[in-house]
Amino acid sequence: MTDTNELIRLSAAQLAQKLAAGEVTSVEVTQAYLDRIAAVDGGPRGVHAFLHVNTEEALAVAAEVDAIRAAGGAAAAELHELAGVPIAVKDLIVTVGQPTTAGSKILEGWHSPYDATVVKRLRDAKMPILGKTNLDEFAMGSSTEHSAYGPTRNPWDLDRIPGGSGGGSAAAVAAFEAPLALGTDTGGSIRQPGAVTGTVGVKPTYGSVSRYGAIAMASSLDQIGPVSRTVLDSALLHQVIGGHDPYDSTSLPDPLGDLVAAARLGNVDGMKIGIIKELHGEGYQAGVENRFNESLELLKQAGAEIVEVSCPNFKYALGAYYLIMPSEASSNLAKFDGVRYGLRVLPKDAPLTIERVMGATRAAGFGDEVKRRIILGTYALSAGYYDAYYGSAQKVRTLIQRDFEAAFAQADVLISPTAPTTAFKLGEKLNDPLAMYLNDVATIPANMAGVPGLSLPGGLADEDGLPVGIQLLAPARQDARLYRVGAVLESLLEAQWGGPLLAQAPALATSVVEPVETLETQEAK
Amino acid sequence: MSVDATLSFEEAMEKYDPVLGFEVHVELNTKTKMFSSAPNVFGDEPNTNVNEVDLGMPGVLPVVNRTAIESSIKIGLALNCKIAETCRFARKNYFYPDTPKNFQTSQYDEPIAYDGYLDIELSDGTVFRVEIERAHMEEDAGKLTHMGGSAGRIQGADYSLVDYNRSGVPLVEIVTKPIQGAGSRAPELAKAYVAAVREIVKNLGVSDAKMERGNVRCDANVSLRPHGRERFGIRSETKNVNSLRAVEHAVRYEIQRHAAVLDSGEPVIQETRHWHEDTRSTTSGRAKSDADDYRYFPEPDLVPIVASREWVEELRATLPEPPAERRKRLQADWGYSDLEFRDVVNAGVMDEIEETIAAGATATVARKWWMGEIVGRAKNADVDPGQLGVQPATIVELNKLVEDGKINNKMATAVLDGVLAGEGTPAEIVEKRGLAVVSDDGPLLEAIDAALAAQPDVADKIRAGKLQAIGAIVGGVMKATRGQADAGRVKELILQKLGVEG
Amino acid sequence: MAAINRDDVAHLARLAHIEMSADELDRMAGELAVIVDSVKSVSEAAGDDVPATSHPIPLTNVFREDVVGHTFTAEQSLSGAPDAYEGRFKVPAILDED
Repeated sequence: MTDTNELIRLSAAQLAQKLAAGEVTSVEVTQAYLDRIAAVDGGPRGVHAFLHVNTEEALAVAAEVDAIRAAGGAAAAELHELAGVPIAVKDLIVTVGQPTTAGSKILEGWHSPYDATVVKRLRDAKMPILGKTNLDEFAMGSSTEHSAYGPTRNPWDLDRIPGGSGGGSAAAVAAFEAPLALGTDTGGSIRQPGAVTGTVGVKPTYGSVSRYGAIAMASSLDQIGPVSRTVLDSALLHQVIGGHDPYDSTSLPDPLGDLVAAARLGNVDGMKIGIIKELHGEGYQAGVENRFNESLELLKQAGAEIVEVSCPNFKYALGAYYLIMPSEASSNLAKFDGVRYGLRVLPKDAPLTIERVMGATRAAGFGDEVKRRIILGTYALSAGYYDAYYGSAQKVRTLIQRDFEAAFAQADVLISPTAPTTAFKLGEKLNDPLAMYLNDVATIPANMAGVPGLSLPGGLADEDGLPVGIQLLAPARQDARLYRVGAVLESLLEAQWGGPLLAQAPALATSVVEPVETLETQEAK
Repeated sequence: MSVDATLSFEEAMEKYDPVLGFEVHVELNTKTKMFSSAPNVFGDEPNTNVNEVDLGMPGVLPVVNRTAIESSIKIGLALNCKIAETCRFARKNYFYPDTPKNFQTSQYDEPIAYDGYLDIELSDGTVFRVEIERAHMEEDAGKLTHMGGSAGRIQGADYSLVDYNRSGVPLVEIVTKPIQGAGSRAPELAKAYVAAVREIVKNLGVSDAKMERGNVRCDANVSLRPHGRERFGIRSETKNVNSLRAVEHAVRYEIQRHAAVLDSGEPVIQETRHWHEDTRSTTSGRAKSDADDYRYFPEPDLVPIVASREWVEELRATLPEPPAERRKRLQADWGYSDLEFRDVVNAGVMDEIEETIAAGATATVARKWWMGEIVGRAKNADVDPGQLGVQPATIVELNKLVEDGKINNKMATAVLDGVLAGEGTPAEIVEKRGLAVVSDDGPLLEAIDAALAAQPDVADKIRAGKLQAIGAIVGGVMKATRGQADAGRVKELILQKLGVEG
Repeated sequence: MAAINRDDVAHLARLAHIEMSADELDRMAGELAVIVDSVKSVSEAAGDDVPATSHPIPLTNVFREDVVGHTFTAEQSLSGAPDAYEGRFKVPAILDED
């Protein structure tokens, strides 16, 4: 029996080992996390990573795993490696039996009648789902401040943003409220929160994880991926959720190979690692730059060759992204109209026509950032502008892909800071959309080209003591390289720090009396 | 609803030259929807032939039905189209409650089939070539029912109910190039074109092709220009034209309406018109405006379709014989004269006759019933003959009743009317109405005795061998039995009675 | 490239079916003008010879066999409906027919 405070700090891989060895039960682990959520998530100064806590079902699944294990035999032997290891799910991913809100008022109270493919795979692996995590409304944002249910706080500094859009998943993992979480990454929504919370996040190769059941923002950019505290844990989770899905036409037919083995291999000797000239330096915080350079030095010492590559068209990536993403989003979000599900708002005055009901529903149901992107996307697709905007942006995509091809001809993996700055203060950029968009400048190119990217903690910035993220990028379908290089860099850095970076995070005030702030308790108020 | 002015068709033709265009939507009869595995079935409980994809639930993604693609390629080939080596789906964005995603997944600048033609034979044997612009794939919408207000009409309805069972049913939209030079044959050509498309898709087996069920739906574009002018006039698009006769009537009506508008010196408004079968006229839908900015873009949730030449040729090899060849074969098989066969085709009952023959009737019997009885009734009822409600089996059954001597031809037509009135099967109606031919000789013999007694001089003539005089006695018997006797049997019995060899 | 003004935003809001107050239209026009200005370099980035990329990882011919799968009961279909009547979704009157 392990102390619960110690238990929640174990990695998923360590938990899996202890569960398999019978040193701890899944119910104990799951209950420990539920207790942690109750202690740190709610209240005015709570992390607020969760929108819904799935206590009953999580404990039932945990008990089921424990029973199978106790009975032994074939059923126990067939249990998945991660069976009984709990996980949190970004509230953009639909789940039967729990509400799915996408962080929006327009879906308040909606329960999906079907499970996302990744959720089915979690259930098949018998991983207890702790609950649904907070996000910027429809994943539109870089700070989680655009959630209709209030922002999530960064566990490193509760007055700062946890990144976005997947701030809830990253903060939950960083605050030891979950060992693992699922995120979605359209322009950096897994990696950038990972960077600013000192956690690991991976955007897999486009098509390598099914999007079925992830509420779409930009279909050609969205990807579901793992959020964890270690590189190996992300590989383990990636292996569970990845693989072909006939329900997603863009799903890759072939598997990516053994990602867990790659993470365990830990060897960069003779590998070429490319610094992208355009993704560091000017515009990047000094402390971010320093930690980035230290990581390069460590990799060099481990036997990697560091080369510099240039991706001249990356300067168009942000602009092209802010045409493609809103265009696709404007169409994907058209279905939220008050007819089939979710919110319906009646116009204040006559006549009561469906047109006006749709207009009033969408006006009341969507927040400002969502409206901004829908209008921008409607503009970019409209007659007379398509070629100049959407058409041109699709061509820029080709240029970015060519840049990547050229870069990967010179290097096995590419490296950059994940985000230009550490976590900023809540509210600091809320009224400056453009400044907010610049957070994603280093993460967007990977989405545009469909290549995989991983962010891992690179240390703390000198000027503010906040986490800095290091991003690794690999060619499409070569996700294994990210895990291989990431695991090496992680172990070298942790050797320097004398343990995981998160061990240096300030302790959170815990409260056992404060009820968990969830959708239900908010509704009850 | 104001009534629009019209010119007579003759006057319209004298002054103007019509240009037509058609968009025919064909519902494919695949087992499942275009993009989901829910069943493609007509007429079930509302909202039960759907899953999360058809309802446009958050998070869903489409997956293309392979059979729908193959059916579309077959249609393209049968329309003499080129099949695109690569094509894509696109999203057509517009809000409407029958469209669950508020965009329709369709094809825009990359249709699967393009540049085809169809040779249409008119009633006098003239062949008119209609050029096909494109045939593209898309999905059907759900069904709206307007409640309250004026029954069933959208105007003044209090609310509407939506059933998404039809949502996602695969459609192929066939678009013609502008059809010029039809002149006064335009309405006839319109009907013949839609009939030809229907025949093709039915023949291919890719659609149930029932217009009354909306399997084949036609939007008809009409514009007029003064004779001799190159430039097209402004067109109207008449929607909801869902029978062959309606296509002909709608085109004729729109020509007459446009002519009246142009004659008054006003410009024709480019707009959608709605066809009303009851008044045989169109009413204004809504004008085309900048609201029609559909913001098409390539569907990012689907990948391109590459139709390899091998695949296309494989599909071409499976095509049934083309309708023109089929007609030749059927005419030869049935032994109809050219005139008889053309009448059958023009009456639009070729398929029905084929089905009736397949059900067990001879070619002569099938033609006798369809051409002699049903076509006339359909005309009176103002519907296409196939839609009157006569099943091939009904005709076979009726014919058998006659051949077995159970009823005579006169009764059979009455029974047919009974079937159409919904009174039951022919056998049931014969039973119910007590229509059976009197075959018990007892009552007949009585009636014969009475008739002979009433006309002793005629009886003598017959005895003397003047057999043609027998008609007067038979007539008396038939009158007495109110036509329910079998005239042949009556004749036999009279001769027997009088001891004369027939 | 044309600047985006208040009337444009009003038109776009109509297309997107989002009611907006006068204040919102003004604010949105200002914000969008800045964003549109920042993305305009995109239209000059690539020449005519550069093909468009709509999918990051090219795949073709992804099909489903024509085999019936799961369906919902009417109850499931309507489970999240704001309003329903006799197995169907109920919506207020529609004046403009397409």
